[in-house]
Amino acid sequence: MKSLKAQNSFLADAHEQIVILEHGKSGEFSLVPFQQKLEMIGLYPLKPIGIDIFQVNIGKMCNQTCRHCHVDAGPDRKEIMTRETMRQCIDVLKTNSQLKTVDLTGGAPEMNPDFRWFVEEIKKLDRHVMVRCNLTIILANKKYHDLPQFYKQHKIEVVSSLPFYTQDRTDRQRGNGVFEDSIKALQMLNEVGYGKEETGLILNLVYNPAGAFLPPSQQSLKKEYKQVLMERYSIEFNNLFAITNLPISRFLDYLLTSGNYETYMEKLVDAYNSVAVPNVMCRNTISIGWDGYLYDCDFNQMLELKVSCNTRHISDFNTAELSQRNIVIGQHCYGCTAGAGSSCGGAVT
Amino acid sequence: MSNSYYNSADLGKFANIAEFQKPLADKFFSYYGEVFKDSELTAREKSLIALAVSHAVQCPYCIDAYSSDAFEKGWSEAQMMEAVHVACAIRGGASLVHGVQMMNKVKEIAM
Repeated sequence: MKSLKAQNSFLADAHEQIVILEHGKSGEFSLVPFQQKLEMIGLYPLKPIGIDIFQVNIGKMCNQTCRHCHVDAGPDRKEIMTRETMRQCIDVLKTNSQLKTVDLTGGAPEMNPDFRWFVEEIKKLDRHVMVRCNLTIILANKKYHDLPQFYKQHKIEVVSSLPFYTQDRTDRQRGNGVFEDSIKALQMLNEVGYGKEETGLILNLVYNPAGAFLPPSQQSLKKEYKQVLMERYSIEFNNLFAITNLPISRFLDYLLTSGNYETYMEKLVDAYNSVAVPNVMCRNTISIGWDGYLYDCDFNQMLELKVSCNTRHISDFNTAELSQRNIVIGQHCYGCTAGAGSSCGGAVT
Repeated sequence: MSNSYYNSADLGKFANIAEFQKPLADKFFSYYGEVFKDSELTAREKSLIALAVSHAVQCPYCIDAYSSDAFEKGWSEAQMMEAVHVACAIRGGASLVHGVQMMNKVKEIAM
């Protein structure tokens, strides 16, 4: 499967996606504006509450082409962060001690040739580092086989997608053979101590629905994952994050081509939970794109909605200004406020 | 008035039954919500039971709701179809077991 960009799909254009999110494919489908929902609870304009997570997307290159990917990542994507931009990120971290967590994402962040250098530089600044590892990258090539040891050496928190504990659902979403390789990779991570309570090496898994529906209870799912993965594969992990798929990029493409778009959007709106709003991740996160531009979250990044203030690039990062900005919102934001809410760390309520 | 007795959009209007009789509707929905919570059986297990019962009572609204709910809660297509077969077997068996009654009667009157 090729990325939307490689297919020359109209959805590779972020502007086209925003038009659909606002008016539907027919141009006549509209839902209550998300802004109105925020106004009703006195949270519009949405403001940051103290930025402490520095999420860096170090490239769209990936060894997988998942059907739901909001990044439209894949082997044919060549956009990756340069060492120069990484240096600018390091400079920002040096002067901003409140940025306590660095969340590295992609694509497959490990495919960036400067990934290990970047991690080592961040760790010198004594920051907590999370890596969004797709698991299969560990087995994709010999040069990645030692990633579990590398993660362990730097006490990195590993956050890995495993959309379900069965092969069928995982492979449908992430490609044939992904489940089997993911299980092997999880066993390799367990072998070096990841996911075991006493080691302090954190391995968190991410569930996301393999279809046009919302995630069930995170707590119940965690119990099922723990039981099944232990019984069938002797796998241990720490936490499970249940994440809602946002109608962006390839998941939007899936919704449109399967005829589920309008029903799914209505489902998100019906499940809107005002209690989730104060805890949405864009309030304490700043998201940096592969080219150094700043966004409120990874989803806004993929929709090319840059932060709404003068400091828009890592080269002129200004904490005071970013802390005062209005967070850019849109209809896709319903994805983070549906049900128990959804963030990169799972449910928010 | 719709020409069809069943309209899928009506499923989303279920709560509107309170317009004509609120106290009973409130009691029902409160009870309904409680029934489907995690308890001695998990919400996931209850969802599969509900799917089978939906087929037994042949309620299109319930089949719509619990096909989605059971799949969302992680039951596979094969597991869901097996649940439908359980409903079918019980319904079929319920007819067939009366065959014993038929046999009793026939044996009673036959030479």
